[in-house]
Amino acid sequence: MLAQLQSALAEGETSGFHVPSIADFFPQAIFGEGTFYEFNRVQLIRVVATLVLLTVFFIAAKRATLVPNRFQNVIELILDFVRKNVIDEIFGPERGTKYVSMITTIFLTILAFNLTGVIPGLNLAGTALMGVPLLLALWVFFAYWRAGIQQHGFFGYIKANLFPPGIPWPIYFIVAPIELLQILVIRPASLAIRLVANMVAGHIMLVLCFSATQFFVWEAGPALKGFSVLTLGGGFVFTAFELLVAALQAYIFALLAAVYINMSLEEEH
Amino acid sequence: MSLAITAASAAETTDVKGIDLFLPATYDLFWSAVILVIIAVVVYRLMPKFTAILDERTAKIEGGIAKADAAQAQADAALAENQAQLQEARTEAARIREEARSEGAVIVAEQRVRASQEADRLVEAAQRQIDAERQQAAVSLRGEVGTLATELASKIVGESLEDSVRQSRVIDRFLDELESTATLSPKGK
Repeated sequence: MLAQLQSALAEGETSGFHVPSIADFFPQAIFGEGTFYEFNRVQLIRVVATLVLLTVFFIAAKRATLVPNRFQNVIELILDFVRKNVIDEIFGPERGTKYVSMITTIFLTILAFNLTGVIPGLNLAGTALMGVPLLLALWVFFAYWRAGIQQHGFFGYIKANLFPPGIPWPIYFIVAPIELLQILVIRPASLAIRLVANMVAGHIMLVLCFSATQFFVWEAGPALKGFSVLTLGGGFVFTAFELLVAALQAYIFALLAAVYINMSLEEEH
Repeated sequence: MSLAITAASAAETTDVKGIDLFLPATYDLFWSAVILVIIAVVVYRLMPKFTAILDERTAKIEGGIAKADAAQAQADAALAENQAQLQEARTEAARIREEARSEGAVIVAEQRVRASQEADRLVEAAQRQIDAERQQAAVSLRGEVGTLATELASKIVGESLEDSVRQSRVIDRFLDELESTATLSPKGK
């Protein structure tokens, strides 16, 4: 399949075949080009996703009753998933209640923005552009620093992280810088980059499949039209895969956020 | 993916570089912040309601389960008590029956003894009465026999006293017969 794609790509360059590119993630401005409030397709997608998310959430909250109906059940399934499988699982019974809203916000936002990547018409994940993942990661960053400082004091937190007890002191020369880098850079950066990279990759795979299908059906010679079946099939597979990845990445982000905050709260490292 | 990107960057005429994917533009951060704040505000505002409902439901379900458990325990206890009572009643009934049986046996034995005593007494009384009557009969018979004998004797004497030897033999035989009849008669009775 790769070989076919390669030939398709080579051909595509000469015959108007739309090749997915990084430029997809930086579309033309709708208004305010060049300013800090430049508004483009990605922002529009995020606004749409936000409106849908908040509308659903709002209706669910307004209609919430003790005996749930079908719609409420679905919403509560998601909220319960976050509460049980992320928060209770990581924090244990009591400590997590403070962070339910935060982790839920993170999970719902990422899930909604990820899913726009497979919704026809939107076709681009709201999290495929660094802004949202980075801000969420920074939120997590501040949350775990705040939790750690509240729990141990500033120096207590630094000490607990940089000089974990139970290892011989010369090792600290290696461990301390790594741990410092870990809590300052690696944790938030890995959160954000993991999410963006997944969404970018997913988008490129989908666009490749669908634009190749388009090309094979309409523009390629009769001998090549058969390949459209393969590329369209690939489109199906990758759409399903993207659905999985959308949920999985939201889960991973929320889970790691909870893990990082919980690590700050723990007595011993 | 890298293949696609290289192909893409070769094809497209833009100044976008790969690293830009991970270095957010100012406008991106701005709009992301606006959107995230809105989402966070709404979720933070509405989350307590969901939490409250979910907690209330959990509490209600747990309460229901606890209530059901209590009811079950109560039912079990009642059942056990009933069975104990039933067992007790059965034992009691068996005891009473046993008692009644032995009492009945005693009563029957007593009655039997009393009946046989009564029978003995009756037999004895009857015997005594018979004896007395026989005595009386014997006495009266003896008196009558004397009279009869005298009558007979006078008849015999009056009609024929010629054969005196035969006469006396007749009288003797008669008397002997009478005697033997007297001794025999109680036995015959």
